[in-house]
Amino acid sequence: MQQETARSGTIEMTYREAVREAIREAIKRDERVFLMGEDVGHYGGCYAVSKGLLAEFGPERIRDTPLSESGFTGAGIGAAMAGLRPIVEVMTVNFSLLALDQILNTAATVRHMSGNQFGAPVVIRMATGAGRQLAAQHSHSLEGWYAHIPGIKVLAPATLEDARGMLWTALQDPDPVLIFENVMLYNMTGKLAADAGAVDIDKAVVRRPGRDISLITYGGSLWKTLEAAATLAGENIEAEVIDLRSLRPLDDATIMASVAKTRRAVIIDEGWRSGSLAAEIGMRIVEQAFYELDAPIARVCSEEVPIPYPRHLENAAIPQADKIVAAAKAALGRE
Amino acid sequence: MKADSDKPHLTRAHALDLLKQMIRVRRFEGKCAELYTEEKIRGFLHLYDGEEAVAVGVIPVLEKRDRVVATYREHGHALVRGVPMKPLLAEMYGKQEGCSRGRGGSMHLFDAATNFHGGNAIVGGGLPLAIGLALAEHMRASDVVIACFFGEGAVAEGEFHESLNLAALWGLPVLFVCENNLYAMGTALALSESETDIGRKAACYRIESETVDGMDVIAVEAAARRAVHAVRASGKPYFLECRTYRLRAHSMFDAQLYRDKAEVEAWRHKEPIVRLQGWLETNGMIHPDDLSRIENEVAAEIAEAVAFAEAGTWEPVEQLTRFTYANPSVPTGQ
Repeated sequence: MQQETARSGTIEMTYREAVREAIREAIKRDERVFLMGEDVGHYGGCYAVSKGLLAEFGPERIRDTPLSESGFTGAGIGAAMAGLRPIVEVMTVNFSLLALDQILNTAATVRHMSGNQFGAPVVIRMATGAGRQLAAQHSHSLEGWYAHIPGIKVLAPATLEDARGMLWTALQDPDPVLIFENVMLYNMTGKLAADAGAVDIDKAVVRRPGRDISLITYGGSLWKTLEAAATLAGENIEAEVIDLRSLRPLDDATIMASVAKTRRAVIIDEGWRSGSLAAEIGMRIVEQAFYELDAPIARVCSEEVPIPYPRHLENAAIPQADKIVAAAKAALGRE
Repeated sequence: MKADSDKPHLTRAHALDLLKQMIRVRRFEGKCAELYTEEKIRGFLHLYDGEEAVAVGVIPVLEKRDRVVATYREHGHALVRGVPMKPLLAEMYGKQEGCSRGRGGSMHLFDAATNFHGGNAIVGGGLPLAIGLALAEHMRASDVVIACFFGEGAVAEGEFHESLNLAALWGLPVLFVCENNLYAMGTALALSESETDIGRKAACYRIESETVDGMDVIAVEAAARRAVHAVRASGKPYFLECRTYRLRAHSMFDAQLYRDKAEVEAWRHKEPIVRLQGWLETNGMIHPDDLSRIENEVAAEIAEAVAFAEAGTWEPVEQLTRFTYANPSVPTGQ
């Protein structure tokens, strides 16, 4: 799924712009697609993702909604059921809890419960994660909760390519797809192929190959993990970094292939540790690759507290590169 | 009947048809209660006894292209909408010949062929869905009407208020039908609402509303004609409150500690079948033969449905995870 960036030249842009381009392309390409959410229109999106799109596409396709998360998320689900392809934007994952009824009880259930007569091909995007000092009601990472739910797919684009390319593929999916955009990534700048387009949404990828230990992560933690891997390389530890990309379904094959090679694994997950996605991945490794392991699986997760406001406490609450380095070294017996 | 006319065509044939539809729902559910005690039907079973005039008055006024969103007390809505009784009962048996392949049961009847978007067992949960269905029709500039049924209990839910606001704000073709049966499970309206005049809540959202005697099928039908015509003509929402009463328990597990037997008895005398039948008799529009013909036809249909459900088959356990996703290759956890 990696773009062949050399082929056609590149454009420098932010992650935010990559998401915006993905939305623009989708609206232009498919008359059934529209964007709906709080402040997506006149305000330009609370993270400025949809800035300028109202002027370009008008209020029917860039639809501002009232502060009615359950109402407009359910409306997106219903519109999808009736043949449209809505992109619903929820400001943050914390607010999405107000829409959880519609996501879980309707979107995730309707295909199975109706015997495949109705589906909800809606895409629901939301911001997730800590790091902007937004405190305990705007900073959590609950994508792991959503990954618990059969009937939906859960994506975590960590790169410009995925921010640009996952949306279109998600819109083609006949089932509901949730896309989690880590708030710390919106300003990330990088080079993207001028002809970047759709990417797959079901495979994990190795972002950095290595033979000594598998560091398994996703979303905003990918970059901290890559930083940790660079540090480890300075100590002659070659870490393999896996970007899950899809949190549901999980790409077990890529995870197990890596663990079979490195025989050690650390999972980095900005969710809380207890009952986390990291716990799920760890258990899958135990189920499928137990005899490949040379050391206990380790996890670097968020501390189990509501994310606090002051920067030093917020930083201490979530995974950081130094913790990842320490966990990797411990797994290698190199403390 | 033409749905674009506001006037009910109260010919003898039409009046008898209304009576038959109500009797059909009542007898069907009577059989369901029996089958429940025989443990053929399990889970929750919510009967519509006493409220039949609402579904029978409203749903036939809709066109085939319209869409219906219902609640977990939706056997009557499904039957009147045209979901055949055989797969409907098979669904309640949990058989794969059921209208939802047996996966949903009594509370989750779905039928794409009649645009029946399901029984929804989350109180208020169907309203945002109806908004979305209506938004799609609005955006494609169709004249399709979404009829969304819910009880007065849903009025206390945030989703009710969010949905009414969205429908009015965006001008969406939703016919909200509030089946006010006075009790949210066992909680009386006065114990759950500060304002018990529910039509006034619609007015707060600038939605045209009408309150009708939900025990009078002719009145319900006349109001539904006005309402559906208004929604189709304007593309805007309309709110119809039908004041009715649930004569039986909330579900098969309800001891009905919250109301007097005398209250239920009093409503028995006002119930819609007795009422229409009495009116027809008074006006010389029904003969004893008509009633026995209706009862016989309904009994035969029910007997066939029971035979169909009994002969139905269980979905193989190997298919348990099928349709969790549209694409069967998506892993569901293994």
